[in-house]
Amino acid sequence: MTRSLLALPRWLHPAAWWIWALGLAAAASRTTNPLLLVLIIAVAAVVVSARKPDAPWGRSFMFFLRLGVAVIVIRVAVQLFLGAAFGTTILLPLPGLTLPSWLSGARLGGDITFESLLLAFYDGLRLATILMCVGAANSLASPSRLLKSVPAALYEFGVSVVVAMTFTPQLVTDVDRVRTARRLRGRPTSGVRAIAGSAMPVFEGALEKSVTLAAAMDSRGYGRRGAVSAARRRTNSVLLLIGLVAACIGAYALIAAGSPLALGLPMLVVGVSVCIVSITMSARAAVRTRYRPDPWALPETLVAGAGVIVAFSFVAGAWLSIAGLDTPSNPPTWPVLPLLPLIGLVIATTPAITAPVLPRSSPVQMKKIEVTA
Amino acid sequence: MISFEHVSITYPGATEPVLSDVNLQIPEGELVLVVGRTGSGKTTLLRAINGLVPHFTGGTLAGRILIDGRDTAVNPPRELADLVGVVQQDPMSGFVSDTVEEELAYGMECLGLAPDVMRRRVEETLDLLGLADLRNRPLLSLSAGQRQRVAIGSVLTSHPKVLVLDEPTSALDPGAAEDVLAALQRLVHDLNVTVVMAEHRLERVVQYADRIVIVPSDGAPVSNGTPSEMMGNSPIAPPVVELGRLAGWQPLPLTIRDARRAAGPLRELLTGRTAPLRVINGERDSTPLATTNHLTVLYGDVAALRNVSTTVTRGEIVALMGRNGAGKSTLLSTMVGLRATSSGLVRTNGKDPREIKAAELVHSVGLVPQDPGDLLEASSVASECRSSDHDASVEPGTTRALLALLAPEVLDGTHPRDLSEGQRLLLALAIVLAARPPLLLLDEPTRGLDYPTKTRLVKILRELAANGHGIVLATHDVELVAEVATRVIVLAEGEIVADGPTNSVVLASPMFAPQVAKILAPQNWLTVAEVRAGMAVG
Repeated sequence: MTRSLLALPRWLHPAAWWIWALGLAAAASRTTNPLLLVLIIAVAAVVVSARKPDAPWGRSFMFFLRLGVAVIVIRVAVQLFLGAAFGTTILLPLPGLTLPSWLSGARLGGDITFESLLLAFYDGLRLATILMCVGAANSLASPSRLLKSVPAALYEFGVSVVVAMTFTPQLVTDVDRVRTARRLRGRPTSGVRAIAGSAMPVFEGALEKSVTLAAAMDSRGYGRRGAVSAARRRTNSVLLLIGLVAACIGAYALIAAGSPLALGLPMLVVGVSVCIVSITMSARAAVRTRYRPDPWALPETLVAGAGVIVAFSFVAGAWLSIAGLDTPSNPPTWPVLPLLPLIGLVIATTPAITAPVLPRSSPVQMKKIEVTA
Repeated sequence: MISFEHVSITYPGATEPVLSDVNLQIPEGELVLVVGRTGSGKTTLLRAINGLVPHFTGGTLAGRILIDGRDTAVNPPRELADLVGVVQQDPMSGFVSDTVEEELAYGMECLGLAPDVMRRRVEETLDLLGLADLRNRPLLSLSAGQRQRVAIGSVLTSHPKVLVLDEPTSALDPGAAEDVLAALQRLVHDLNVTVVMAEHRLERVVQYADRIVIVPSDGAPVSNGTPSEMMGNSPIAPPVVELGRLAGWQPLPLTIRDARRAAGPLRELLTGRTAPLRVINGERDSTPLATTNHLTVLYGDVAALRNVSTTVTRGEIVALMGRNGAGKSTLLSTMVGLRATSSGLVRTNGKDPREIKAAELVHSVGLVPQDPGDLLEASSVASECRSSDHDASVEPGTTRALLALLAPEVLDGTHPRDLSEGQRLLLALAIVLAARPPLLLLDEPTRGLDYPTKTRLVKILRELAANGHGIVLATHDVELVAEVATRVIVLAEGEIVADGPTNSVVLASPMFAPQVAKILAPQNWLTVAEVRAGMAVG
């Protein structure tokens, strides 16, 4: 691949961003080392700040950042008030109360120990990191962009999600209209009766809209007879779903601690191959074509590959049980930085350079949606 | 291109066919206008062209419809998608994706066109309809006129030979309507597309038509012919045609330009005679029904109304005009307390409408919303009237009696959804009037109304004003304004840019001037009825 194509400003395939981010998330799930977790967040932040589009969804990383902080605070607070204390370093001696056994013998209050707080913090930080990885994917590639590249076998599913997504804001307007009408007729607009009274017109409206939409889609050629039979199409979809489920189980088994590697790897391989077979079969039979599909070229492979490598470095580290992935909180130990995951993290930063820069004028200039009364 | 041979269509459960024995031959590259009263079967005729009737709606089709040689009886709409493009009445309800560019590509994706063809056609269509600046915009953020153009574009990309449109300009302001019609004319002239459209606003479209199809509502046969033939004795005609008939011009002009050239003698005859001034008749009293004082309303950081100060008194009929999104509806809803003010004052009957309880508010101000069907929720006209009496806490039977005055033909047992557009409006009007509000607000009352119903509405509004009601209409319909308004307020971007007597405001604007005024300028006649009265004097 020539350098010029690498450097050409364009949008990266959304799936590449999601694979990269999920790889980071998988890595985060395998460690409680706060240094590694903070590094993962830093990697995500660097890449997001380098390749984030100037679109409404581009700002969602900040939202997930705040959500992550909230998760940590909540996790620590729960530990403070409800968690079982362990360890010996008492920070604050407090009277505690153990609830009677018919209330499951939970404990309220009690001594606050450094060890238990540390454990809660690590736990919260890990969850927050995973959330921020999802947030990074969300701001780099919007979910609706991802939906547009679903394989042909899942096309119907994609259409229903898009239609549902456009319907939701319309439903909100409908509820508003019905409330308005109630006020204009001099009826109360709040209370149980008002809600019951407005439910019917709103549902009727939604039903009418879907019939109109169905007529419009039919007139525009949705569901034209193709060369392929309905049974064949259904087989394809079922095959793809089975493949996806198998791939998910395989990936989970690989990542989750304690499950045998012998289960995970074959499941993942079988799942992915079934998916590929189904996708190629339906692509060959598809009547419909796709407008300006996102290409999958070298940058996509590099970005997705970086995600796979970082996940692999952490999973392999856990499997080899190298020191430093887990940081014991009782007794508290200073975290160390293991080499293998560190290399993985360095590679995970590369999308900040390998992903193409975005076109100058960002394609979505979301004007404020005007509310028409 | 389109041929109907002895076509009759009967819906399931109906005893009478909607259309019977229709014979129609439409050659390629014509712009065909379908006219008829609401409920006459216009929409059925349009939907039969691409097979939505009967494939989608059910019902039986007798006879044969051939589109470019293909029979709609054996080809469902999806198989005709490459041949016939259909734009429905509300374009938003037919959109499948979320941005302009993807919506334009959707139909081609379904047809399985090659990616490079799709790319080229999208670019061409963006230019053809002037949508290039909007290509990446979300559909929800577009104005009504832009949505209509996107809807047309989205079917054009499939290169259909026939384009079918159901009331493409009824929801648009005069400027946006002209944009849409210019785009359609370009398709007919440059691309040889056959366009079939239904439209009530004849004054906007009749000059573009090559052929007019009249669908009568009384079961008489469907007739068709050239516009001048058909307009010569059509019961429904735009003001330019009515003026031509009144003055006896031959051949009957259909455009303002032709009419102006024929109007020399008429202008001479009318010189020296003055058009009647719009005066507020009936009881007049200076206490305002509604006042706004430096009113500002914000949606987020967009100002929907800026510094609006105005007053509505008894006996006035005030028309609010301006582009889609200029703030007309916002002003109306602020007057009934549906929107909070950001600064400034609103008073209806001397009180802040937001402080008044709904049950009390209906006695001082009534609003008929843009879609009058919103107000209706019962399953029959009779029960709708009963619940209205209850809501307004008036004598049982009040609403029914009002409805009998406004629309005597509406039956008790009918479901409100089965009423025609006009009947629904009158039912909503009866409900609102039951509480006897001195101030009556109407949002776009003539959208989708045919001429006879409009005439009836004009009469009702005049009577209400004569009885001391104050009326405010938000409307795009310049002919309606010319007929009834005593005062016109023009809004632009939330500000009042003109406020004064109808004659002076409307005549000064090329966009809002009615056809008669354009023909007889510089004299200030607004309607055919005024001209008739002026001719009679001498």
